[in-house]
Parts: sequence; structure tokens; C-alpha cells
Amino acid sequence: MAVAFNSPYARELRLVQCDDGNRRIVTMPFFDGTVGRPGFLHGGAIAGLLEYAAWIAVLDALADDTARIKPINITVDFMRGGLLIDSHASAVIVRLGRRIATVVATAWQTNEARPIASANLKLMLERTA
Amino acid sequence: MTNLDPVQILASFRQYGHNALTGVVYHAHGDDWVEMVLPYREALVGDEETGILASGPIFTLMDMVTSTSIWIKSGVLRPQATLDLRVDYLRPAEPGKNVIGRGECYKLTRSIAFVRGEAHDGDPAHPIAHVAGTFMFMSAA
Repeated sequence: MAVAFNSPYARELRLVQCDDGNRRIVTMPFFDGTVGRPGFLHGGAIAGLLEYAAWIAVLDALADDTARIKPINITVDFMRGGLLIDSHASAVIVRLGRRIATVVATAWQTNEARPIASANLKLMLERTA
Repeated sequence: MTNLDPVQILASFRQYGHNALTGVVYHAHGDDWVEMVLPYREALVGDEETGILASGPIFTLMDMVTSTSIWIKSGVLRPQATLDLRVDYLRPAEPGKNVIGRGECYKLTRSIAFVRGEAHDGDPAHPIAHVAGTFMFMSAA
């Protein structure tokens, strides 16, 4: 079942998340607010999708509702123009340290083997537990 | 070479799509740089508790200023695609404050543009983000 996000910007992007049994997948439905140059999605919208996919992967791994996550940096590689259809993203945690998480997120549309973009993120963790 | 007016470019962008969603508007420009403003808006916040802007809209702002700086430097409005863009989030933007992004195209080749930029929320000496990236022209010059 698709679940909405609490974050206002995630709601602005109309993101929903679902669990396919193995992992969490975030979907950005196509709508006017995701369009960039004519005929293609905006790289900024795709970056937002990738960031939220990384975010929830880390939140899941921490299993700590009170932990705070701060972005340190993100590098996005754009590999194919995003078509004007729904996009999906999932993230893999490369390393979960005490203070830093290194995460790779990938976005695709109709075929996961043909990604439209991927991102490498460094996130700072502030755990209370 | 600055035949292109970023105000006009931006006016055409603002009417639709992700640029309209984020509300970015023109601020200033020079020969090879452009500044735009991301107006603070609660819908662009990452976490309601803190009121801090999400990192996504800042990425969008910096994608826009760096890509527009290429058109300003080259004087040609031609289709281009972002190859990669790295954003370092130096510190959180202060809640309620507009973010000003500055993008500069520092090198153009026949098919690639190299860009860099910074964002701040009032004082350019205390930036909130730094970016570097490359764009590819869809048709060679």
C-alpha cells in the first residue's frame, strides 16, 4: 500500500512510498510540477525523489524515531532524460556508521535496469539512542 | 556575449513545471553568472518541526542558476542536459529567509559546460551551499 510522507516538500512532489517485500520504493507520480525542459522531467525533481529514497532507507536502518538526519552532500548523475511518466527510486546503504551514512539511491521509470539517475549521499546522523 | 536576457528566459520558465512549483525568480546576472531567488515557502520545508527548507528545492535552485549561466555565457539558448551536479550543504538555511543562488559557467567546450555556484540566505560571506557540475549540449555548437 502506498503511504504519503510527512515532509511538506515530499508532499509537494506528491511522493508516496511502498514496501515491495524486500525494500522501500518511493514513487513520484508524473504531474506538471515535475517538468523541466520541454518533454522531460526536471533534474531538481529527480534529485528530490532520490533524496527522499535515501532518507527513508536510513530511517529504516536506524529504527530510531527520534534520530535526526542532516544532509552533508549529494552528487547526482543524470543518465537518461526522465520521460513525462511516473518515476521510482530505491536506496542502498553503502555504510551506516555511528555518525555518517553513505547511501546510493537509484531512480528509474519503466525498467529498473535502465536507470534515469543515481545519487551518492553523505548524511549526518544525530542519534539519541 | 550576453544577448540573452535571463529575465525573459525565467519568465517563460516560471509559467510551468518544476520551476513554477519551486517559485524561483530572477535576481541579477553578469557575463557568465546568474543569481536567482528561491522564496521561502512552508510547502518547501523538509521537516515541519524545524521549518528548515528541504535540500531538494536548493538543488533545483542551483540546477537552474548553473544551467542558465551557460546560456548567458554562450549567448545561445540551446537544449542541454545536466550530466552531474554535486551540492554540499554547508549549513541549514534559516527558516523564513529567502535563498539566493548564484551559478557561474567557468568553462565552455563544444559539447560540455562546466559550472559552479554558491547559495546564501542573506550574506554571501556565509554560504549555505556550494555546487559543482557539468552539462552536455544536446547538439554541438
